[in-house]
Amino acid sequence: MTNPQNIVRRSATTTTPPRVREEVEEVAKLIDVSKCIGCKACQVACMEWNDIRDEVGIVDGTYNNPTDLTEHSWTVMRFTEHENPAGDLEWLIRKDGCMHCAEPGCLEACPAPGAIVQYANGIVDFDSDKCIGCGYCVTGCPFDIPRISKHDSKSYKCTLCSDRVSVGLEPACVKTCPTGCIEFGSKDAMLIRAAKRVDDLKARGFDQAGIYDPAGVGGTHVMYVLHHADEPGLYAGLPKDPRISPLVGAWKGVTKPLMSAILGITAFAGFIHYVTKGPKEEPADEEVFGAEGEEGYLRDTRGEEAAATVRDPAKEEER
Amino acid sequence: MKHDEVKRNQRGQRMMLRYPASTRINHWTMAASFILLALSGLAFFHPAFFFLTHTLGGPVWARILHPFIGVVFFLLFVAIAASNLRYNLWIKNDLRWVRQIGDVLTNHDERLPPIGKFNPGQKLVFWCLVISVPLLLVTGVIMWRPWFAGYFPIPLIRLASLLHALAAFVAIATIIVHIYAAIWVKGSIRAMTRGWVSRAWAKHHHPLWYEDHVDQDLVEQRKARDGQGERPGAERDLKARE
Repeated sequence: MTNPQNIVRRSATTTTPPRVREEVEEVAKLIDVSKCIGCKACQVACMEWNDIRDEVGIVDGTYNNPTDLTEHSWTVMRFTEHENPAGDLEWLIRKDGCMHCAEPGCLEACPAPGAIVQYANGIVDFDSDKCIGCGYCVTGCPFDIPRISKHDSKSYKCTLCSDRVSVGLEPACVKTCPTGCIEFGSKDAMLIRAAKRVDDLKARGFDQAGIYDPAGVGGTHVMYVLHHADEPGLYAGLPKDPRISPLVGAWKGVTKPLMSAILGITAFAGFIHYVTKGPKEEPADEEVFGAEGEEGYLRDTRGEEAAATVRDPAKEEER
Repeated sequence: MKHDEVKRNQRGQRMMLRYPASTRINHWTMAASFILLALSGLAFFHPAFFFLTHTLGGPVWARILHPFIGVVFFLLFVAIAASNLRYNLWIKNDLRWVRQIGDVLTNHDERLPPIGKFNPGQKLVFWCLVISVPLLLVTGVIMWRPWFAGYFPIPLIRLASLLHALAAFVAIATIIVHIYAAIWVKGSIRAMTRGWVSRAWAKHHHPLWYEDHVDQDLVEQRKARDGQGERPGAERDLKARE
């Protein structure tokens, strides 16, 4: 739900968006992967609150169900069976969904003004009514999160329950999580919680435990506690150092004003040339063929000698 | 060609055909599609141009129509490029013409070497488009939602998006130059709308093409004069292609 007074970033907009409240606390959702039991209550709560129902899909032989994010499934649990170096099986379960980046690639790439906004509290929200269905957000996202609906060609993803948060409630998935694996609060508070939890895990032998709050996208407003923070890729391909692709940066960054300016200057140069040098006027016969006209020209230049002297490029080259 | 059959303009100048009707129809259909493509494409490229989506009926319609118009443009371009390829090959005099670009720009046409049906500037337009238009098609298909983009990996779509913007930049800059040149060189817009130019125009701007065109007249005249039918200078010049 759009809060039209607390926007810090607005897609395809070159002026300052409305942000009357300066002191807004940034929020964050903390997902402690080590506490997740894979019950999928968060998936159900997400469907319930947002009133979205995915099609009954297929079982692909894993616990992943649905098998991927869709326009109707804004969060999915991704199950990984990982055999650690000691030879033990670890069942890594990561709740996947929008990370609400501080520097969102989707928003950077979006060409539709206001279709993607970032609120002062850090939530990145899609205003689907302004979405044009181009899919640039999919191209821009470092986490492969947005999904274009096959029915209305609009892009959808987790809103971090911006409607609930704006009235002081926690997101639906947080509310329902039975193990306390998902927590919600100010980003500062969540970082403190996460640090404490990381200490616990380290004390229990997970030396590489850590917080996933990747700096490449300016940090995120959905963070993970990982037992193997040194290898986030273990968790169903969570990127180690996500950032907005340099290709997207080049496409949406400097090229936009630069190339627009060059096109404008090119057209302007044409105008200047026309009013200073003027056009090449339509030639009259006499200017081109002389007083005798075209027949005279043909007779003059088409004598054998004349043709060879005047028109031979090899000889003109020597001149 | 009998003289009484020669088409003349209102000033009584003898005319010759530069572009047949098929080329003219193709050109202006292509021109209309290009304008729509450029306007809607710029709208997706920079927020300052977003209002241009209304040229295609609003932002969503612009997103839907842009790629289809692009395919139409591509097919028309292939047809016109294939039929004009042979006039756009580099010939020896073109390099001299390019070196004398100052004379071209200051309208000192009398100092320029004789060139063929298209001058090097026009050839440059041709080759810029021959490179950018197929690139636009390929990258455009990779980006095309909802039909094709889903079949390609996201890193490839990112590359395609950047290349699409760069190729479009080249194409739009090229077309700006092309449009200006048509305004600059009087007689060329009529050549593309009605097909005809005066022979004086042809001789002035494209002497080798003119000479090729009137060759047949010369052959006839020579046959009548001394029984010889050899094609004179112009063809030899064209053979001097590098």
